Amino acid sequence: MPDLLAARSQMAMSLAFHIIFSVIGIGLPLLMVIAEWRWMRTGDATYLDLAKRWSKGAAILFAVGAVSGTVLSFELGLLWPNFMRFAGPIIGMPFSLEGFAFFTEAIFLGIYLYGWDRISRGAHLFSGIVVALSGVLSGIFVVMANAWMNSPTGFDLVGGKAVDVRPFAAMANAAAFSQTLHMTLAAYAATGLGVAGVHAIMILRGNTAKFHRYALAIAVAVGAPASLLQPVSGDISARYVAQAQPVKLAAMEAHFTTQRGAPLHVGGWPDEEKRETRWAIRIPYGLSLLAFRDPDAEVRGLSDVPRDEWPPVAIVHVAFQIMVALGTCMALVSVLALWRWWRGHGSDALTTSRLLLRGLALATPMGFIAIEAGWTVTEVGRQPWIVYGILRTADAVTPMPGLVVPFLVFTLLYVLLGVIVVYMLRQHIVRAPREDAGQ
Amino acid sequence: MDFLQRLTVGEWTAWVVVVALNAYVIFAGADFGGGVWDLLAWGPRKQQQRELVAHAIGPIWEANHVWLIVVVVVLFVCFPPAFAAFGTVLHLPLSLMLIGIVLRGSAFVFRAYSYGPRSEQRRWGQVFAISSLVTPIVLGMCVGAVASGRVGNALADVGHGAAGVLPSLLDATPPAQMSFAAIYVAPWISPFTLAVGALTLALFSFLAATYLTIEATGQHELQEDFRRKAIGAAVVSMVVAAIALALGASSGGVLARLVGVGWSFPLLAISGMFAIAAVVALMKRRYQLARVAAGAWVTLVLWGWVMAQFPYIIPPSLTIDAAAAPRRVLVETLAVLGAGAVVLVPSLWYLIRVFKTRR
Repeated sequence: MPDLLAARSQMAMSLAFHIIFSVIGIGLPLLMVIAEWRWMRTGDATYLDLAKRWSKGAAILFAVGAVSGTVLSFELGLLWPNFMRFAGPIIGMPFSLEGFAFFTEAIFLGIYLYGWDRISRGAHLFSGIVVALSGVLSGIFVVMANAWMNSPTGFDLVGGKAVDVRPFAAMANAAAFSQTLHMTLAAYAATGLGVAGVHAIMILRGNTAKFHRYALAIAVAVGAPASLLQPVSGDISARYVAQAQPVKLAAMEAHFTTQRGAPLHVGGWPDEEKRETRWAIRIPYGLSLLAFRDPDAEVRGLSDVPRDEWPPVAIVHVAFQIMVALGTCMALVSVLALWRWWRGHGSDALTTSRLLLRGLALATPMGFIAIEAGWTVTEVGRQPWIVYGILRTADAVTPMPGLVVPFLVFTLLYVLLGVIVVYMLRQHIVRAPREDAGQ
Repeated sequence: MDFLQRLTVGEWTAWVVVVALNAYVIFAGADFGGGVWDLLAWGPRKQQQRELVAHAIGPIWEANHVWLIVVVVVLFVCFPPAFAAFGTVLHLPLSLMLIGIVLRGSAFVFRAYSYGPRSEQRRWGQVFAISSLVTPIVLGMCVGAVASGRVGNALADVGHGAAGVLPSLLDATPPAQMSFAAIYVAPWISPFTLAVGALTLALFSFLAATYLTIEATGQHELQEDFRRKAIGAAVVSMVVAAIALALGASSGGVLARLVGVGWSFPLLAISGMFAIAAVVALMKRRYQLARVAAGAWVTLVLWGWVMAQFPYIIPPSLTIDAAAAPRRVLVETLAVLGAGAVVLVPSLWYLIRVFKTRR
C-alpha cells in the first residue's frame, strides 16, 4: 500500500468512525432534554426514565466521540504536517472556537450525567440544554474548517506561502453556510430517525410500553422535520458546488462533456476511460435545471480539466447517488409520519400504523449511511486537492514511510471499539422496560 | 519584571500553551494517576480503593481531557511548523499515546455503564488501568525528546528546519539517507526521555493519591491507604526527578540550563521545597495543604523545563518567534481564548463546586 493511500485511508477511516459519534452527540442530547422537559411539564416518570436511559447512551457515545476526536486533531499533524504548516493559522479560528464549545459540552455533560441528585431540576435541565447547544456549535465550527478546504479564502498566496492571513474571513468562507446547514440537519435527521427506528422495532416486536411510544414520538419530532428540510439544504449545497467547484459537481453527476441543457444522471456507472456514463436514467435538462435553475445553462464537464485534476469519478458519483436515494427515503418516511401525527391528532397515531413502523425500522441506519456517503462526496470529490486549487493532498502528506502500519493498527482499534459500542448499546436497549411500571 | 516586558506576542501565546498544558497535567494527570492506583489497588480495601477512584474521576475526566485539545489547537494555529515537526518526528510515540487515550477513556465508560457480568467489568477496569499507566510514560518521553534537543537535531539532520529557517509550503522534504530509526525512533528513546517518562508517571500518581486523600474524607482507613500511597509516590518522584535532572544536566545543550544560569534552576529549587512541604503535610494529615503543595510542585517542575528551553519551542534552534504564525493570527486567537475563558472559567468553577465540595 503506497504511503499516500495509507495516510488517506487512515484519515478517512478515523473520520468515518468519529462522525457517527459526533452526529449522535449532537442529536441525542436534544432528545434527552426534550424528554426531561416533558417530565417536568407532565410529571410522568416514564419521561424521566427515558431521559436517564438516553443520557447513558449519550455518555458512552460522547466518550468514544471525544477520544476519537482527539485522535483526529493529532492526525492532522501526524499524517498531514505540510497541510497544517500551511493551513493551521488560517483555519485556526473555527478550531479554537470549537475547543471552547467542546469544553463547555464536556463540563455540562459531566454535570448532567452525575448531577441528578446534586442540583435543582431547573439547573439540571439547563445543563442538558447547554450540552445540546454546545454540541451543535462544535459541529458547526468543525464543518466550517472543512468548508475552508473546499473554499479557501482569508489569505493571499505569495510564492507558495500564505500572507496577510485573516482568520475570521477564512472562517466565513463561501462553503461554510451550505455545509454547516446540511451537516446540522443531517445530524438531527440521522439521530432522530435512527432512534425512532430502534423504538419502532421494539414496538413491532410487541413491546408497546409507554417508554417506547414516548421515545418514538420525541425521536420523530426531531428527525422528521430535519429529514424534510434536508432536500432543500441539499439543493442549496448543490448549487454552491455547481458554481464554486464545477469539477466536484461533474464527478457527482458523472458528467463528462461540457454542454448546454445537460441531462441529470440517476444511477449508472461512469467509465473514466471512455468518458461516458452507462446504465444511467437520463432526465433531459435535469442537471442544468437543478444546478442553475435554467434548462439551457451550460454545465462544465470533467473533460474540461486535465485528467490529473479529476477526483475518482465512480466513487464520488456512486456515493452521491446513495446519499440522495437514502435522503429521499428518509424524507418520504418523514412525510408519512408527520401526516399520521397530524391526521391522527397526536403522537399515538404513530404506533398504530404498521406500515409506518416498518418504514421507520428500515430507516434506522439510513441517516448514518447517507452521512458517510455525503462525506465521501465532499472529501473524495475534492481530490486531488487537500486545499481546493492550492495544495495537493500528495504534497501535504508526512514524509514518514511505512504508514500502512499505523493505518492497520488504528483500523483494528476502531473495529474493536465499534463492536464493543454496538454490544453495549444493545445491552441498554434490551434492558428497556417491557411494561409500564407501577401504573 | 523586565523579563515580562521583553516578551513578544509569540512568546505570550507560547505561555498560554504552557498554562493549558499545566492545567492538563494538574487535572487530567491526576485522572491518569487514578488509573494507576486502580492497577495497584491491593490489600483488604482493594475494591473500595477502585470505587473511590472511579467516583472521583467520573464526572470530571472528560472536561479535564479537553485541556489537551486546547494545547494541540493553539499549537497548530499559532506554531504550525512546530506542530508539523512534532507530528513528523514523534509520529510513533504520539500514536501510542493516542491509543492509550482512546483505550483509557473508552474502557472507563464501558466499565461505568456495563450491564455485563462482573468479570466483564473487571476486564474494562484492567484496560482502563493499564492504558492509564502507559499513556503518561509516553507523554513524558515526548516532552523529554523535545527538551533534550533530539527532535530538533533530527529535523536539522533531514534539512527540515535547521537554524530556524523554515522550508516554504510546497517543497516536500525527502529525508536524506538516514535510517528510519534515526529519524523516527532515536529522538524519543534515550535514558533521559525514559527518566522523564517515569517522572511523569510518578508525579501523576502522586497527584492522584494526594487528591484522593481528600476524596476519602470520612473513610479513615481508605484515607490512610491513599496517604501512604501519596507519600510513597512522592519519594519515588523525588528520586526519579533527581535522576532526570542529573541525566539532563550532564547531557549539555539546552538541558545544561536546568541547573545553569537563568530562571530554570531557581524554579526547580522552589519546586523541591514544595515537594518536601507536600510530604510533610501528608505526614501531618493536613490534606488540603498537601493538595496545594502537590499542585505547586508539579507546576514548577513543568515551568522549570519550559524556562530551561525558553525561548526555543524546539531546541536547539527553532525559536518560539521563528515558529509563530503571523501576528494578526496570534492576536485574534488570544482575543478569542480570552473571550472563551469568560464562559469557561465559570463553567469549570460550577463543575468543581457541584462535585468537589463537601456536602
